[in-house]
Amino acid sequence: MASISAPLKQKRSFWAFLDKPSNALIFALAYIALTLLAVVLIDRRSLWYPLMNMITTPLFLFTPLVVVSLPLGKWLKVGMFVAMLLVVMPIVGIYNPPFLELAIQISIFAGLALGLNIVVGFAGLLDLGYVAFFAVGAYLWGMFTSNADTVFMVNGWTVDGGAFYIFLILGVAAAALVGILLGLPVLRLRGDYLAIVTLGFGEVIRILARNLDAPTNFTNGAQGLSGIGVPPLPGFLIGFTESMASALGLRVDNPDALAKQLLYYLLALGMLFVIMLICSRLKDSPIGRAWTAIREDEVAAIAMGVPLVRMKLLAFASGAAFAGAIGVLYAAKQSFIDPQSFILLQSISILAMIIVGGMGNIKGVLLGAMLITIVELHTLTNLSLQFNALRNANILNIPQQLDPSKYQPLVFGVILVLMMLFRPAGLLPERSRKLELQEMREEDELQHAMEEPLRDNVLADTSTPGEK
Amino acid sequence: MLLEVRNLVKSFGGIHAVRDVSLTIERSSISAIIGPNGAGKTTFFNLLTGIYKPDSGELMFDGKSLKGLRPDQVMKMGVARTFQNIRLFHNMTVLENVMVGEHSRLRISLADTLLRTAGFSKQEQRVRQKASDLLKFVGLAGKGDETAKNVPYGDQRRIEIARALASDPKLILLDEPTAGMNPNESEDAMNLFRRIRDEFGVTVVLIEHDMKVVMGISEHIDVLDYGQKIAEGTPAQIRANPRVVEAYLGRRAVEDHAEAAE
Repeated sequence: MASISAPLKQKRSFWAFLDKPSNALIFALAYIALTLLAVVLIDRRSLWYPLMNMITTPLFLFTPLVVVSLPLGKWLKVGMFVAMLLVVMPIVGIYNPPFLELAIQISIFAGLALGLNIVVGFAGLLDLGYVAFFAVGAYLWGMFTSNADTVFMVNGWTVDGGAFYIFLILGVAAAALVGILLGLPVLRLRGDYLAIVTLGFGEVIRILARNLDAPTNFTNGAQGLSGIGVPPLPGFLIGFTESMASALGLRVDNPDALAKQLLYYLLALGMLFVIMLICSRLKDSPIGRAWTAIREDEVAAIAMGVPLVRMKLLAFASGAAFAGAIGVLYAAKQSFIDPQSFILLQSISILAMIIVGGMGNIKGVLLGAMLITIVELHTLTNLSLQFNALRNANILNIPQQLDPSKYQPLVFGVILVLMMLFRPAGLLPERSRKLELQEMREEDELQHAMEEPLRDNVLADTSTPGEK
Repeated sequence: MLLEVRNLVKSFGGIHAVRDVSLTIERSSISAIIGPNGAGKTTFFNLLTGIYKPDSGELMFDGKSLKGLRPDQVMKMGVARTFQNIRLFHNMTVLENVMVGEHSRLRISLADTLLRTAGFSKQEQRVRQKASDLLKFVGLAGKGDETAKNVPYGDQRRIEIARALASDPKLILLDEPTAGMNPNESEDAMNLFRRIRDEFGVTVVLIEHDMKVVMGISEHIDVLDYGQKIAEGTPAQIRANPRVVEAYLGRRAVEDHAEAAE
C-alpha cells in the first residue's frame, strides 16, 4: 500500500525561506526583538494593557522554542537559547515581575508534566493521582520549616532555609518511596482500573494533609502551612537585581523579594533541565524500551524477559521522584501550601499538558505544559483583568458571572475535546504515533486516488497499483 | 534431555485443558506438538513459559525446575517463544522489537543509564548490532527502521522469531509459526527453523497444523487431544497411528478409510 506515494506537497514559501540559515537567523533576531519590544514598551497604565499583555507575553515566552526549532548552527542555537533563558528573560523579569512568576510556574509544571509523562507516556500506566507526589515533596519541606503551630514547631524539629538543597534530595527519596508504595498494590491493574485507583490515592494524600492536624498536628489541616522556609539567597543575585534595576531606571521597592524570584526561576529552570536530561536518557535505554514494550503489550513484554514488577515500580518511582523535588521548590516559592493546592483538578491539568503536547514526546510535553500553564495562569487571568478594566471604565459592563477565570475547567474541556477531534496524538506526537496518523492520511488519499479513476473509467484500468 | 515434563495438569474451572501430560524434548532436536483445535497445545506452551501456573506436575528444564517461575524468569533460564496471534510491540521499530528480546541478558543499572557510562554505550551498541544481525539472519536485513505493525504479516512472524532468538535461548517454542503462509513461504520458514537449530544449536519445538511442515521438519512428534497425550514418535510412526488419525478425522472417517482399503 505504501508504495503509492502521495504527491509531495509543495513546501510553503515561508518555510522554504527559513531553510536558509542566514534568513533563519534574521527571522529569529527579528522575532526576539519585536516580542521583546512589545513586552517592554506597552504602557501598563493603558486601558487595553491586560489584553495586549495576554498576547505579547506568550509570544515572548516562546522565543527559546522559536530559536531551537529554526535551522541554525548548533552552537549559535545553544548560545541564543542560553542567552534568552539566563540573561534576557531575567532582565525582562526584573522589569516586569509577573512575567518572572509566569516563567517559574511554566518551568514547575513542565517538570511535573515530564515526570507524569514517564508513567503515562512511556510506560502507558494511566495515573490520575500524580499531584499526590507533588504534595509529598511540598509537605515535606513545609512541615519542617513552616512557622505554623505544628508538632514540628512545638518540639523544635524545624530546620532553616539552609537545608533546602538537602531537602530537595529528601523530597526525591520520599516521593519515590511513596511512588513505590502506590505502585505495589496497583501492579496488576491496567487502564481504567488503574486510573480509578490512582485517582483515589491522590485524594487519600490530600485528605491526609487535610486531617492530620489532630490528634497530633502534623500538617495544620485545612489552614495550611504558612511561612515556609526559603533557600539562602546568593549575594550575586541581589547585586544583579539592583544593578539591573538601576540600569533600567526602575525603582525597586524590595530588591530581595525580586532576587528571590530570580533564584526560584533559576532553580526551576535548572531542575527542568535535569529532568529533561534524565527523561531523554531513560527513554533511549533498555529501561525506556522495556517501558514502551509494557505499554504496547504486557504479556509479550514479560514473555520476552521484561520484569514487569520492577519496571513498573521504576516508572512510578522515577515519575514520583521528579514531582517530589518540584514539590519542595514549590512549597518554598509559595511560602504557603494547603490541601487545596493539591486537588484532583491539578492532576488532570498536568495530564492535559501531556495530551495536548503529545504523549511520550519530551518536546511535545514541554510545549503542552507551556500552553496549558499560559492559558491557565495568564490568558484567563488577563481576560478577567481586561473585563474588569472595561467595567471600571464604564465602557462595557460584562457581568461578574462571566469572569473568564471562573471558566477554567470549561476552557480545559473545550481544548481537550478540540484536541481529540483534530490532533488526537497531540501537537508534537511521538514518532511512532505520528507515523500512525500519517498512515491513516495516506490511506485516505489512496482511497481518493483509487476512487477517481474508477469513477471515470471503470473498465480501462483493471490493474490496481500497489498490490503485488 | 533438555526438557522433561511429568504429569502436567491444568484446569480452568471444569475444563481440563491439560491433563496428565508427560513428554521429553531432546537437546538440539526439532520436535512438533500437534493435535486438533482445542487440544491444549497453546495452554501447554503457556504452562511451560510461566504465563499459566500448573495445577500439578513437574517441569524440568536443563536440570532445573521451571515450576513457579514468572515468565521473565523462564525467559532468563533460556526458554523463548513466539505467539500464535503475533504479539509484536506494534509502535516500536522492527529493530527495537528485537532489542527488547535481549532485555533479560542485559546489565541494567539506573546509574549507568543516567550517566551514559562507557559500559552503557558499549552495551547499547552491542545490542543494536546483535539485533540487526538477527534481522539479517531471519531475512529482514534493512527493515530495522520500519514500524513493526507496518511490515507484512509473514515478516512479522520473522520479527517474532528474531526477538525470541535475541535472548540467546536454549529452547525456542514456536506457536503455529507458518499459519497463514502459502506453500512457498512455509518452505522458507522450514529452512529458517532448521537454520535456527543448525547455526545456533537451539532446540526447536513447534505447534503446527500444516502437516507438510510437521512431517517435513520434525524429528519427534507428540500428539495432544482433549488435553491428553495420545501418541508420540517419529513422523512415520505418527502417520501410521490409528489414534492420531481418529483424533484428527473422527472414528467414522477411520472406519471409512479402513473399508476403502479393503
